Amino acid sequence: MVIGGILVITRRNPVHSALALIVTLLAQASIYLMLYAPFVAGVQIILYAGGIMVLFLFVIMLVSIERSMKERQFNSQWVIGIIAATALGGLFIAVYTKGRDIFPDGPPTMMEGDNTQKVASLLYGQYMFAFEIASLLLLVAIIGAVVMAKKRI
Amino acid sequence: MLHITTLHYLILGAALFLLGVIGVLTRRNVVIVLMSIELILNAVNLNLVAFSHYWQGMPARFGGGPSALHGQIFSIFVITDAAAEAAVGLGILIAFFRNKETVNIDEVNLLKW
Amino acid sequence: MGAIIQYIESYLKTKDLTPGAAGNMFWALVYIMLVFAGLSVAVIAMNWLERKILAHMQVRLGPMRVGPHGLLQPIADAIKLLLKEDIMPAEADGFVFWMAPLIVVLAAFTVFVVVPFGPTHAITDMNIGILFMLGVSSLSVLGIVMAGWASNSHYPLMGALRSSAQMVSYEVAMGLAVVSAILMTSLNATGTGTLSMIGIVQAQQAQGEWFIFKFFPLGLIAFFVFAVAMVAETNRAPFDLAEAESELTAGFHTEYSGFRWSLFFLAEYSAMIAVSSIAVTLWLGGWLRPFPNMLSGNPWDQIFSLFPGVTFLFFAAICFYNTVRMPKHPLFRIQTIGLAGFGAVLGLIGLVLFVPAVSTRIQDIFWFSAKVAGFMYLYIWYRGTFPRYRFDQLMQMGWKVLLPLGLGVLILTASVALLQQKIWHP
Repeated sequence: MVIGGILVITRRNPVHSALALIVTLLAQASIYLMLYAPFVAGVQIILYAGGIMVLFLFVIMLVSIERSMKERQFNSQWVIGIIAATALGGLFIAVYTKGRDIFPDGPPTMMEGDNTQKVASLLYGQYMFAFEIASLLLLVAIIGAVVMAKKRI
Repeated sequence: MLHITTLHYLILGAALFLLGVIGVLTRRNVVIVLMSIELILNAVNLNLVAFSHYWQGMPARFGGGPSALHGQIFSIFVITDAAAEAAVGLGILIAFFRNKETVNIDEVNLLKW
Repeated sequence: MGAIIQYIESYLKTKDLTPGAAGNMFWALVYIMLVFAGLSVAVIAMNWLERKILAHMQVRLGPMRVGPHGLLQPIADAIKLLLKEDIMPAEADGFVFWMAPLIVVLAAFTVFVVVPFGPTHAITDMNIGILFMLGVSSLSVLGIVMAGWASNSHYPLMGALRSSAQMVSYEVAMGLAVVSAILMTSLNATGTGTLSMIGIVQAQQAQGEWFIFKFFPLGLIAFFVFAVAMVAETNRAPFDLAEAESELTAGFHTEYSGFRWSLFFLAEYSAMIAVSSIAVTLWLGGWLRPFPNMLSGNPWDQIFSLFPGVTFLFFAAICFYNTVRMPKHPLFRIQTIGLAGFGAVLGLIGLVLFVPAVSTRIQDIFWFSAKVAGFMYLYIWYRGTFPRYRFDQLMQMGWKVLLPLGLGVLILTASVALLQQKIWHP
């Protein structure tokens, strides 16, 4: 997965980046399966790898031109970017080495087969309001995307 | 054989987050910046699901137990959110591309003095 | 030798789980080999059947020369495709061009991991079976987009864009129809449904009716929405604008030749079989024989268990009848002998299937395959009968007709199910 991530940010051709991102997303779905979350893994494959990446590939095909691939690849402020990322990385390393003992045991292994039912009962019970708000958000996003891409409003 | 604890998943999430941050801060192509944002969101999701798995092993008096799947539900919402934001972001990208014929974020300087 | 047979028998007699669920790697591999082999045979048979049935619908004969009645035609096609020159366009993106057919074939074949041929005859039984199938079949859209992009010429690009837009739109309608069928699995005593494919068929068995007849006509409308969406999802007629020869010079696979093209073709037929098996599992009762609960009991069980053998004997009889009708010319002797031999093989298989030890095990697989074969015939029938949809008519039907219909069926099914649980059987 880390190799996929590195490939995403370093490829010159955006189509290759998109392919590396698809590989990363599929690897992520398999890690979800390792964490006994099969429903989230299925949702990840359908939505992320099968929906959002198709959207990205469509836009890359419409927008990307040969000229953009021959230009300089990295930003004009990449030095500051690397410094900021290094600072963040240092912060992560500090936090994780200090807090290493919070999680002593391995996570529990469970072979239950009703993850979906539990997710459903929580989603439609306790998180019903958030569910409705999410659908409203998607409606707003649909209208926004249509308006943004129109030729004349 | 390495005993895989929750910490390992957190470190993987942090590594992906770092890669996404580097991608956002250093690439010129707008589409690759948007894809790095998706990497960041994925890293966050990984952390959430790892923690929800951790809570499933905690005894119930701390709020844990086998049906404490709040992290997974949050991650489903994050995935939905990422889809919405990717759609709107790509719409903005298309509108911008129609005006300026380039996908370089260094040239997004119409508001500069 | 005796030890091997004993090992096989001890496994077959005592298992009550699929190999994946039981964690048995060896038998999982055996099942994977069997499914792969069966799928290859099915694709080859589909190729021949499509050409013959289309031909007979168009009042002509179809391939007759290659083997007796064209039976060796698919093999000749395969040899030709393997020997063709492998062309790659000059400016094409090499890596993506090479990966695209691979992704489509992988997505089309991985779906079969959860397809249930019987209560324990599946490679594995995932908890999220139907979600897995829908998700992996949506990965084939990516392969098509990559194929169109990598060919670096405008015909494949347009074909790929149109084809992937069509597939993504009809996936939504498919998902809604699937949800309204999953809803019906939760009408049992505990009120919990299931997403696993084997669980869905067992719910149909427990509730005593196939889901296509449940809450009539809601099950039927949901099945209809899925049937239309699945034809559009696999880019088949009448929704095959993206790859029709008269429209876009074969669309996204224009620049592929030889073996790569045959990979796309293989993936298309496998995807057809995969979505047909989703439809069969969700609505038509999977591996259950017709009338599992209404006409149960010993005489009916016996009668229905004779069906596999009778079917093969029927095909053998057709072969022998055609053998007798062959022209009595010395040049036709080889073909006549070939056809008689083929008929003899079919008859032998039919006789073997009458043996009780075999026929009790083969029942589930036979009924499942018979229903999927019915769907394949429907696919070929649609191709021979319906004119092609224009692309804007296609998208309009997907979003403006099937999506509201699917939503309406979902809401009505949920309301009727709720009423049934609360009022009629509280």
